[in-house]
Amino acid sequence: MRTLLHDARRQLAVLGVMAVVLATVPFWLDGSARTVAIRILISAGVGVGWNVMGGFAGQFSFGHAAYFGIGAYSSAWLLVNHQISPWIGMVVGAVLAAAFGALTGWLSFRYRLRGAYFALATFAFAEMLRLVVQGQGWLSGTQGLQVPVLAESSWWMMQFSTSSPNYYLVGLGLLVVLLTITILLFHSRRGMFIVAVREDQEGAEASGVDATAHKVLAVAVSGAMTAVMGTFFVQVFFFIDPQLAFGPAESVAILLPAVVGGTGTIWGPVVGAAILIPLGEWTAKVVRDPPAFLDVVAGRSGLDLMFFAIVLIIILLFLPKGVYGSLAQRWRR
Amino acid sequence: MSDVGASRLANLRTRLSVPRWAWGVVLALLVVAWRWSEVTDLVASGPGRTIALQALLTGLLIGGVYGLVAMGLSLIFGVLEIINFAHGAFLTLAMYLTWVLSDNAGIDPYLTLLITPILMFLVGAAVQRVVINPAMGQPLENQLLLTFALAILIENGLLLAFSGNPRSVRLDYANTSIGPVDFPLRIGGAIIELPRIVAFVGGLVVAGALFAFLNRSRIGTAIRATGLNRTGASLVGVNVDRIQVLTFGLGTAVAAAAGVLVLPFLTLDPTTGGQFNILSFVIVVLGGLGNVGGALVGGILIGLTQEIGGLLFPGQSKLLPVFIIFIATLFLKPEGLFGGDAQ
Repeated sequence: MRTLLHDARRQLAVLGVMAVVLATVPFWLDGSARTVAIRILISAGVGVGWNVMGGFAGQFSFGHAAYFGIGAYSSAWLLVNHQISPWIGMVVGAVLAAAFGALTGWLSFRYRLRGAYFALATFAFAEMLRLVVQGQGWLSGTQGLQVPVLAESSWWMMQFSTSSPNYYLVGLGLLVVLLTITILLFHSRRGMFIVAVREDQEGAEASGVDATAHKVLAVAVSGAMTAVMGTFFVQVFFFIDPQLAFGPAESVAILLPAVVGGTGTIWGPVVGAAILIPLGEWTAKVVRDPPAFLDVVAGRSGLDLMFFAIVLIIILLFLPKGVYGSLAQRWRR
Repeated sequence: MSDVGASRLANLRTRLSVPRWAWGVVLALLVVAWRWSEVTDLVASGPGRTIALQALLTGLLIGGVYGLVAMGLSLIFGVLEIINFAHGAFLTLAMYLTWVLSDNAGIDPYLTLLITPILMFLVGAAVQRVVINPAMGQPLENQLLLTFALAILIENGLLLAFSGNPRSVRLDYANTSIGPVDFPLRIGGAIIELPRIVAFVGGLVVAGALFAFLNRSRIGTAIRATGLNRTGASLVGVNVDRIQVLTFGLGTAVAAAAGVLVLPFLTLDPTTGGQFNILSFVIVVLGGLGNVGGALVGGILIGLTQEIGGLLFPGQSKLLPVFIIFIATLFLKPEGLFGGDAQ
């Protein structure tokens, strides 16, 4: 037990150093590069959230957009209609997402959905939410919600001028909190039970671990984490609609950083996000405004995503445990 | 758990056990009660009945095609045990192939049924060999993402080649008369276009051919054997690797045939196949994962659900009732209506 606590302290120390170094970024990076940095933080954050359920608990989710959307819509609706601070909306969204996750998770585990069936059920829940929200007038249906722009920036309303480094710092702060929760959780007794259930459910149950309760706990924590990033997303981009919030593309965007970086590892989602977002940005930029020798690709929509897909296929085939996961494994040998 | 008294009490109490299908009936009755005014509108008045009949016929006819697409997906799942998210993208690719053949080479769209599925069989087999096969032992999420990346690749390749402008194929004999029958067909006020009838009948014929192939031929038997027990099949001399390549190609070819059949009454853009993809998952689970025959029946049920559900829930997406059915199936009868071989 002592060595494990020691390990947690070491990981927290790494996180602390990383946070301090990354906090300097907005002071030497600005303009569109800083927006990319913020998108990396969001992607890493949702990936960390997904990883709790899909990686550590081993319950593959193909519908995390449900939690992301609940977080985004809760805070956006409270802000637009009742002028309530997004910080409160963030807490409300996290609680609602945890409740939704606990309910759907409990139902799925109770009816013994596993593997492909479980993945399809999570997908179906997210799609249901998308279709329901699309038909709701009080949530502006397919039009989506637009965050009103304030005259001056405000910490309480989580709204800053575009030149301010604060969006980045808020995002970094949230990511550090999510990573701290993950590190502490999976060095605690509860977290180890969650991993034990993933490794051998019957064995864990025979040792007296309530498998269903621990899986539901993982889903709820994971959902709440993802919802927090949903709120932050709305505050950064001022807009949310059902497709953006609950669509299948969002579900994939949430699980990609974790899978590409390495599922079930603390740092995997962060590494994955730091690879995927700049890569996507860079390919989009090359197509928009190519260097002289690549003139033919100018304005060819579709080419950037094709390239992205090919890189993804190569990573999946040659580094099946993810970039960080595969490297970490080689190190330990 | 250690409380003996509690377990004895549980034995004494006569537990009310409700069979799972009963919950399905309860759900159906609840929906009817909830949407009672819509139901009475459709049944009581003359125009209402016409609308209901139109929805029934449209749903039945498109359902046959849904079933065909889902059969391909179910076949692939039954043998390779992967969720193929690229199935819809292959369907779109087949539709573009047919569009090129009929628009540029002037071949009748229905005649491409002899060309497109064969080409798509080769594409599917090659993709399985090069991309899917190396990932066969990997965890579910990697395989799922791999097929998803393939879908992105195909969709955006089509966007690059053909742009996002909608395309369509028009038949100059859609409004014709065969003997005494005039098309579009009119039955009790409902109107049915010729291409939809051709799609339904053609779908059934292709489905029948697939059945016959799986049940009668040597290769079909080997495919079924691999689906039942991979190790057992390889022990009795089946080349499992080759069967997997063949199965993926065959599943893709079936989707391609469906694509050819629906092209004359759909507009085509690079995302057209995506909607078939989502519906196919629902259908495959409804019919039982890996149960090819169940997929056909499931397809017709989902076609009907979509059209009738659209009438019961006006203003909502037609997909909403489909997903309600999907979740109810997952929880109440995860093995599907007709049993599958998974789980």
